[in-house]
Amino acid sequence: MKHTMGLSSESEKRDMGVPAMEQIYGKGVARAASRRRKLDMTSEGRTPRWGSYLILTLAILIFVFPLYYAVSIASQDSTTTQYGVAALKPGGSLLRNIGRAFGAMQFWNALGGTLLVAIVVSISTVLFSTLAGYSFAKLRFRGKGFLFVFVIGTMTIPQQLSVVPLYIMANKAGLFGSIWAVIIPALVSAFGVFWMTQYLQDALPYELIEAARVDGASMIRTFWSVALPAARPAASMLFLFTFIAQWTNYFWPMIVLGPNKNSMLIVAAANLKGAYFTDYTIIMAGVILTTFPLVLLFVFAGRQLVSGIMAGAVKG
Amino acid sequence: MSRSKALNAGHPTGTGRQTSGRRSPKKYSPLRNWLGNFEWKASPYLYVAPFFLLFAVVGLFPLLYTAWIATRNYNTLTGDSGVAVCGATCGDSGTTANWLGNFNWVLHQPAFWDALRNSFSIFLLSSVPQIILALWLAWVLNSNLKAKTFWRMGVLLPYIVAPSAAGIIFSQIFSDRMGAINVLLQQIGLNPIMWHGSTFWAHIAIATIVNFRWTGYNTLIFLAAMQAIPNELMEAAVVDGAGKFRTFFSVTLPSLRSTLIFVIITSTIGGLQIFDEPTLFHNGTSGYGGANRQYLTVSMYLWNLGFNGVSIGQPNMGRAAAIAWLLFLVIVVFAILNYWLTGRLARGGGSPTKSKKKKKREARV
Repeated sequence: MKHTMGLSSESEKRDMGVPAMEQIYGKGVARAASRRRKLDMTSEGRTPRWGSYLILTLAILIFVFPLYYAVSIASQDSTTTQYGVAALKPGGSLLRNIGRAFGAMQFWNALGGTLLVAIVVSISTVLFSTLAGYSFAKLRFRGKGFLFVFVIGTMTIPQQLSVVPLYIMANKAGLFGSIWAVIIPALVSAFGVFWMTQYLQDALPYELIEAARVDGASMIRTFWSVALPAARPAASMLFLFTFIAQWTNYFWPMIVLGPNKNSMLIVAAANLKGAYFTDYTIIMAGVILTTFPLVLLFVFAGRQLVSGIMAGAVKG
Repeated sequence: MSRSKALNAGHPTGTGRQTSGRRSPKKYSPLRNWLGNFEWKASPYLYVAPFFLLFAVVGLFPLLYTAWIATRNYNTLTGDSGVAVCGATCGDSGTTANWLGNFNWVLHQPAFWDALRNSFSIFLLSSVPQIILALWLAWVLNSNLKAKTFWRMGVLLPYIVAPSAAGIIFSQIFSDRMGAINVLLQQIGLNPIMWHGSTFWAHIAIATIVNFRWTGYNTLIFLAAMQAIPNELMEAAVVDGAGKFRTFFSVTLPSLRSTLIFVIITSTIGGLQIFDEPTLFHNGTSGYGGANRQYLTVSMYLWNLGFNGVSIGQPNMGRAAAIAWLLFLVIVVFAILNYWLTGRLARGGGSPTKSKKKKKREARV
C-alpha cells in the first residue's frame, strides 16, 4: 500500500518542474529531485542514455567478431595459411569447406558421441544432484553438516588432480579410447549437489512435505511428487549448464579418447588443426560444425541461461 | 506406493495380515511402524548415497591414488616400478629412492617454473581486466534498458564457444604475419606484433581468449548482485549528493563484496588450470607451448609429461601426478590469499557484517 503511494507521488514529482516542487513539497525535496534528475535516477533505477546502448552494441560486436571471422575464413576459396584482410570479406566456398570438414571429422559419428556424452552426463547429474540436494536441504540426518562441507570442499579440487589416476583406471578397465571413459567420471557433480541444495532450501516449503507425509505418501513418493516438481526450474538450468560444459570440455576427452579422435566433436575439431595445419578453411569449418549446434541451443534456451546465471549469483 | 508397503509389512510375520489389503494408515501395527521409522531414518542416506558412491569411485579414490602415484616411479606404458627416484637431476644425493623424488625432480625443471610463471601471468592478465570490464558492463546493463533480454543474451553469446574452439579462432586473429589484428596495426602505420613469438604478447593474446569467453558470464553475475542492492540505498546516496562515481564506489562496490569474492575465487581455480586456449593457440609449426615455452602452462606441462612426450623408463605418470599436486597447492594458497585480499579491499568501503546480516535475513524471508 505504502509502496504504491510512494510510486504515484514519485511519478507526479517527475512531471513537475523543480520550482513548482519547491512550493508544494519544500526546498529539501526539490533539491533532492534536481540531483536525482542530473543522475537520471527514477524510483525504478537509472534511465539509460544513448551512450549505454552504444557501449553495449560495441561490446556485442566485439563478442560476435571472432565468430564472424571463423565463418569468413571458412568461406575462403584459396587455402593459404595466412589470410589477413582477405578473411574480413567472406568468400564463396563456405559450403564446400564445411563439406570437407564434415567428411574429415566423420561428423555424424562425432556428433553422436558428443550428444551421448552430454545427454547421459546431464541426466545423471541432474537426477543424483536433485536426490542429494533434497536430502541436504529438507531432511534431517546424522552427519549432514559434515557431508555437505565435504561436498563443497570437493568443488575446489582441480580436474588435473584426477587425470592421472583416471587414465590408469580407464586403461585397467579396458575403456581407453571408449566414449564411456569420458562419461563415467562425469556422472556426478559436487557443484550440482550444491546448486540443488541451495535452490530447494528456499523453493520447497516444509509444509508441503509434511502435508504429503500426513496424506500417507512414502518418502520416495514425497520426493517424486512434491520435491521434484518444485526443483524443476533449477534442475532444467543444471541440465543446460552441464550439457554445455560437457559439449565444450576438451582436456579429459582429448586424453582418454586416444586415437579415436573422431568420436567427439570437440576433439575432432581440434585434431583438424594438427592434421590440416596449412589449410585454415577446413579447420574453421570444423570449429563451425562444433559450435553451430550450441548456437542453435542458445537461440532457444539463451533466456534460461541468462536467468540461470543470475539466479545462481544471488544464491551463491 | 502405500499399498505395496502395506503388503510388504503384512507378509513375513502375519501380524499385519488383516490390514494388508485395506488402506487404513492409522491402524497401529508394530512392524509397519518400525518400517515407517526405518524408511524415515534411512531415506536421507539413500538419497545422498548415489552421489557419494559414484563420487567415491570417480572422485575420492583417484585423489588418494594420485597421492600414491606421485611418490612412485610410475611409467605411462610400463607401469609401477617402485619408489620414486629423482636421479641425476637432483645431484649426487638424489640417486637413492625417495618418497619426494618426483616432486624434487619437477621442482628442478626450468620448464616447470616457466609454466608456473606463464600460468600466473595469463591468469592475472585475464582476470583483472575481465572483472573490471564485467563490473562496467554490469553497471551499464543495470538500468531501464529497452529489450533487456536481448542485451543480456548478447553479452553471454561467447559462453557457448568452447575454449578450444576459441583458441583456434584467436590463433588466426592473432596470427603473427597476416592476422586480423596485425593487418589493422599495419594499416594505421604501426609495427606488427609477434603474438606467438613474444612471451608477453602471447600472454596478452591468450588472456584475450579467456576474457572473450568469461567477461559476459561474469557481467551477468555482477548484474544480478547489483539488482539485489535495495534501490532506497542508491537513492539515499544520490539524495545525499553523491555523484555517479561516488555512488558506484561507495554503495555499489561494497554491496558486491561476497559476489566479488565468489567470482575471484572461481576465476583463480579456473585460471590457474588453463589448458585448452594455450594448447590450441599455436600457429601450427612451433610445437606445444611455443618454441621457447612462451605460453606453456602448468596443465600443458602436466599433459606433455604424462601423456604426450612419453618415453619408456621415465616415471612420467609419477611426475605428472606430482605436478598435479603442486598445482593444487598453488591454487589453494592463491585462493586463500585472494579471499583475504578481497575481504580487505572491500572492507575499506562499507560495513560487510551489516550486509551479511541483511542477506541472511533476506534468505530467511
